[in-house]
Amino acid sequence: MPAPQRPRLPLRDLLAEAAAGLLARPARVALTVLGTVVGVAALVATLGLSKTASNQIVGHFDEVASTDIVVSPARRGTRTATSVLPFRGEDRLQRLNGVVAAGTLSDVDVGGQLVSSVPVNDPLGQTRFQLPIKAASPGLWRAVRARLQTGRVPDAGHSARADRVVVLGPNAAQRLNVTRVDQQPAVFLDDRPYVVIGILASVERQPSLLSAMVMPEGTAAREFGLAAPALAQIETQVGAVELIARQAPLALAPTQARQLKVAAPPDPRELRGAIRNDLNALFVLLGGISLLVGAIGIANVTLVSVLERVGEIGLRRALGAARRHIAAQFLVESSAMGALGGIIGASIGTLVIVAISAARTWTPVLDPWIPLAAPLLGALIGLLSGTYPAIRAARMEPVDALRAGT
Amino acid sequence: MDRDHPHRRRDRGLALLPRSPVVALHGVSRTYGADPPVQALRGVELVVERGDAIAIVGPSGSGKSTLLNIVGCLDRPTGGRCEIDGNDVSQLSEDELSALRGRLLGFVFQTFNLLAHRTVIENVMLSEVYRGEPREGRRERALAALERVGVADRADFLPVKLSGGEQQRVAIARALTGSPSLLLCDEPTGNLDSANTAAVLELFEGLVADGMTMLLITHDDAVAARMPRRTSIIDGRLREHG
Repeated sequence: MPAPQRPRLPLRDLLAEAAAGLLARPARVALTVLGTVVGVAALVATLGLSKTASNQIVGHFDEVASTDIVVSPARRGTRTATSVLPFRGEDRLQRLNGVVAAGTLSDVDVGGQLVSSVPVNDPLGQTRFQLPIKAASPGLWRAVRARLQTGRVPDAGHSARADRVVVLGPNAAQRLNVTRVDQQPAVFLDDRPYVVIGILASVERQPSLLSAMVMPEGTAAREFGLAAPALAQIETQVGAVELIARQAPLALAPTQARQLKVAAPPDPRELRGAIRNDLNALFVLLGGISLLVGAIGIANVTLVSVLERVGEIGLRRALGAARRHIAAQFLVESSAMGALGGIIGASIGTLVIVAISAARTWTPVLDPWIPLAAPLLGALIGLLSGTYPAIRAARMEPVDALRAGT
Repeated sequence: MDRDHPHRRRDRGLALLPRSPVVALHGVSRTYGADPPVQALRGVELVVERGDAIAIVGPSGSGKSTLLNIVGCLDRPTGGRCEIDGNDVSQLSEDELSALRGRLLGFVFQTFNLLAHRTVIENVMLSEVYRGEPREGRRERALAALERVGVADRADFLPVKLSGGEQQRVAIARALTGSPSLLLCDEPTGNLDSANTAAVLELFEGLVADGMTMLLITHDDAVAARMPRRTSIIDGRLREHG
């Protein structure tokens, strides 16, 4: 008879034998897989959450900062061309394609006059305060994304008529003890009354407004001689900031455009990278440790399985299995456990990201390759973990395995 | 040598072909360890022709299991020459030995060695897995083997649901699948009661009558007496009976 050929084990048979080996001990497989499940879930969830969180931070940064332009007179040596910006400049700016909102803002020099909410002096407490007084054009409120606690903001009519109305920043309102505007409360600048028509809740730009008393530009011009706005605040559409930054000075002061300076946002990409790197390094470390624990679990259980199945190994060798077939079966079993852990872990990790994002009203962000790569990572961990036990199984002499297994 | 036994040469007329014996051992020895060395086999000479059915009987520690392991290619001799179906075992690689075991040999063990979590028929089908034969028809072939040993009705049971005698029949069916050249039985009745022992021996007699080549080791003279050819082994040396 010719010498026998190398024994063959078709892939389908190998997979079937490995599957049968795993299904024989479902409870143990489930417990073993748990380690990888936790590791992969932690890794997927942390990577996803770090991306979600940094996107949240950066998204917020992007949304406000990347659409923010401030135009103000340029300083030339010691002189500043203070009267370059025109009143009603916002009308010119709003005609530019890409401008969402625009307005002008100025500090009003009131000559040290104090503000009070009652016209009498209270000897027991402070009732008169030095507050920053500002003048805003009607469009400014939208451009700084102002939100009101109560009341309204002045419109073009108030400015045109130079009405004595003001809006208080929340800090100023607190100091002046003004909490509602339905009774049209008045505050006094020196002895002149101004009706409070609104109280701000927040602004996303020009935070100095929060502690200021803000009057219409027309009022400031008439009563305090405001010559020109100090700055123009523009909100652009996303992506239009560079274009508007070039066009705004020309629109505001066609003949003196060079006397204006434009403050456009910095590139947020560096910030995004920095935040994400910090978060990722920590989270990947945590996920890696979890995976290491999972890998040790698989290695341990596979080794125990090999030692328990010595008789089976001997039988398979007697039936014609080569050493590599024995090794392959244990490797497939451990890889399958790892892959199963990876699939379940990736699913749980994704659900965790969605759940946390839903609870925090964030937008869940996850690189699509992460849940796809997680089962492969699990399988790789299973493969590496199963290598030593598989080598031990393959090295067993059939005689010894049969004897020890009976 | 009992060359005139009536069961010899019944294997489908192959006696006329110039074929080598199934087993040919020439001066085979096996020594374990070195300090001091233990000689389990000493200069064993044994030829098993096609259709032979030999019982090797010996007490515990006589070397009969070592002999079976060497004939079964589970172990290699330290001296002499061992040929299985014309293949010099010493010339074969590990892989080729595995292939030889899978294709030419069938094993029956004292403890049945059935996989507890696989059904009876899956245990029988396992013997074809490492031969690389197609999966098509595997179940039918396994069922035919189970029918041959009389436990086809237990095909879908787990081994634990079967009696010892039935489990050994399943193990014999597994060994017979794929028509091996040689059936090697290691104390096949060692774990069975007298009734099951009788049933298994009856099955063996039927296989021998069909021309199966068998090598059976046992410590039980009564079991050995049921085989057409008997050899005893003591201290690693064979002595053939008439």
